[in-house]
Amino acid sequence: MSTLILLLATGLGLGGLYFLVASGLSLIYGLMGVLNFAHGSFLTLGAFVGLAAGNLVGAGTWGGLLLGLVVGALTGAAAATATELGLIRPLYDRHIEQVLVTVGLSLATVALFEGIWGPNPRNVTRPGWLASTTDVLGARVPNTAFLNVLAGAVVLGGIVAFLRYTRYGLIIRAGVENRAMVTALGIDVRRAFTLVFAVGGAAAGLGGVLATQSLNYVSPHMGASLLIFAFIVTVIGGMGSLTGAAVASVVVAVLQQLANFYLNNTGDLIVVLLLALVLLVRPSGLLGRPA
Amino acid sequence: MSGPNVLEVRGLSARIAGQEVVHDVSFEVPAAGVTAVLGRNGVGKTSTLRAVLGLVERSGEVLLDGVRVDGERTDRIVRRGVGYVPEDREVFAGLTVAENLRLAHRAGPGGTTAEHRALVDALFPDLATRAAQRAGTLSGGQQQMVSLARALLNDNRILLVDEPTKGLAPRIVGEVAEALAAAARTVPILLVEQNLQVVERLADRVVVIDAGRVVHTGPARDLLDDADLLQRLLGVHAETEAAR
Ligand SMILES: Nc1ncnc2c1ncn2[C@@H]1O[C@H](COP(=O)(O)OP(=O)(O)OP(=O)(O)O)[C@@H](O)[C@H]1O
Ligand SMILES: [Mg+2]
Repeated sequence: MSTLILLLATGLGLGGLYFLVASGLSLIYGLMGVLNFAHGSFLTLGAFVGLAAGNLVGAGTWGGLLLGLVVGALTGAAAATATELGLIRPLYDRHIEQVLVTVGLSLATVALFEGIWGPNPRNVTRPGWLASTTDVLGARVPNTAFLNVLAGAVVLGGIVAFLRYTRYGLIIRAGVENRAMVTALGIDVRRAFTLVFAVGGAAAGLGGVLATQSLNYVSPHMGASLLIFAFIVTVIGGMGSLTGAAVASVVVAVLQQLANFYLNNTGDLIVVLLLALVLLVRPSGLLGRPA
Repeated sequence: MSGPNVLEVRGLSARIAGQEVVHDVSFEVPAAGVTAVLGRNGVGKTSTLRAVLGLVERSGEVLLDGVRVDGERTDRIVRRGVGYVPEDREVFAGLTVAENLRLAHRAGPGGTTAEHRALVDALFPDLATRAAQRAGTLSGGQQQMVSLARALLNDNRILLVDEPTKGLAPRIVGEVAEALAAAARTVPILLVEQNLQVVERLADRVVVIDAGRVVHTGPARDLLDDADLLQRLLGVHAETEAAR
């Protein structure tokens, strides 16, 4: 029983991390039709820069972590904005080229990060509480899981509120449905593109700093490995569906944890099988609109 | 004021998926009244309107109030005062009626005014009572009201309206025509319409398109009164059309 609780709790925490990456992927794809392979780089950059900022206040302190989270989010947002304006916008509506550019950017930035910070993972110093566990009905749940769930929930709530209550949110929701008609109402939809990239980049940067706390290291490759699962989550949830991404994040992460424990470390395999199943039975994803 | 024509189209061509579907089309829209675009199915009426707005690849000149706009993005052209009511309405199905209208609000000169809101409220009282309903759950006629209201909310220089009565019940066709007649008193309209009774009621002038080219322009009356011309250009018999 306590094992099951532990697996569920760590699965939820991992799901929170997946969602921080997948939310941006899903928004960007939904509005712009672009698969953004550079999203993992926003995460990695946010992690490195965020940690560096936090270390200025004090490694392993709450103040340092808080600053790191803010700086990580801002860094992710800035990198994403620059990417959209500099590389995506000039290729307006040329989706294949846009995707290729993001692939190139992700390869180039990983090499750049290795050059700057070295290829190997580096340990991080965490606040004491985050390095320990809490007893939940006999299960010793890592405290990072609670933080990740909280962050995922806050970001989900924040994005939902943004989409529902702001004019740009309205433009984005309309644009996901019918972009040409949004421009035919006199709205420059490209600003919404930049904004969606910025919001997605912020969530990824935040996720980057949080991931270092769960993994207990930071590495130039952490973005790429999280990105793979975030893509799977996005597809399973339904490309462009935010709630779909949230549900799929939790489903995929929990399933992964359960399979790793009960089925001999087959978590990744099970997730890919789930992906194949969803693509066969419901190609538009759990909550995606049928094409 | 800016001359007699609000819109001038000169040598406009449009391509869709690499294929030219509108060839070297020229016509004018005077600054008042309704100019109807007629033609059989698939001759390029919709593509002509979309080319004016820059929604499809195009070449040629488009002048709004005497100013070339053919190099501009769609949203810029629209903000210059072009209201668009597309074929098949294109309401945002997942948004509420109120959200659809809110999205259409424009600020500044040529934008939404109290008078225009009042006109929309007067023409479409249904929309106020259905403000919170998702547009996708509205009837076709109600969706057309939303689509028209989005264009009528702003102080536009011209409206481009594409087959607003398509697929609607006769009573609703009358309501839509009524609303367009009211709108036409304040803003010139370029109207694509297949229903000749609606054309007769609203249009002052006609532009007939066939196979992507303009084949006739002139007063609406002259065309509607000429059974031979109607038959030749549109393939309709005036009697059967009137009997419908
Ligand atoms: N998305 C598209 N892909 C390929 N061809 C298209 C597309 N849209 C329009 N066409 C072609 O362009 C031509 C003109 O179409 P358009 O919709 O402008 O005609 P229309 O006069 O508005 O017709 P209707 O009266 O049926 O609305 C047609 O031959 C049509 O098949
Ligand atoms: Mg048409």
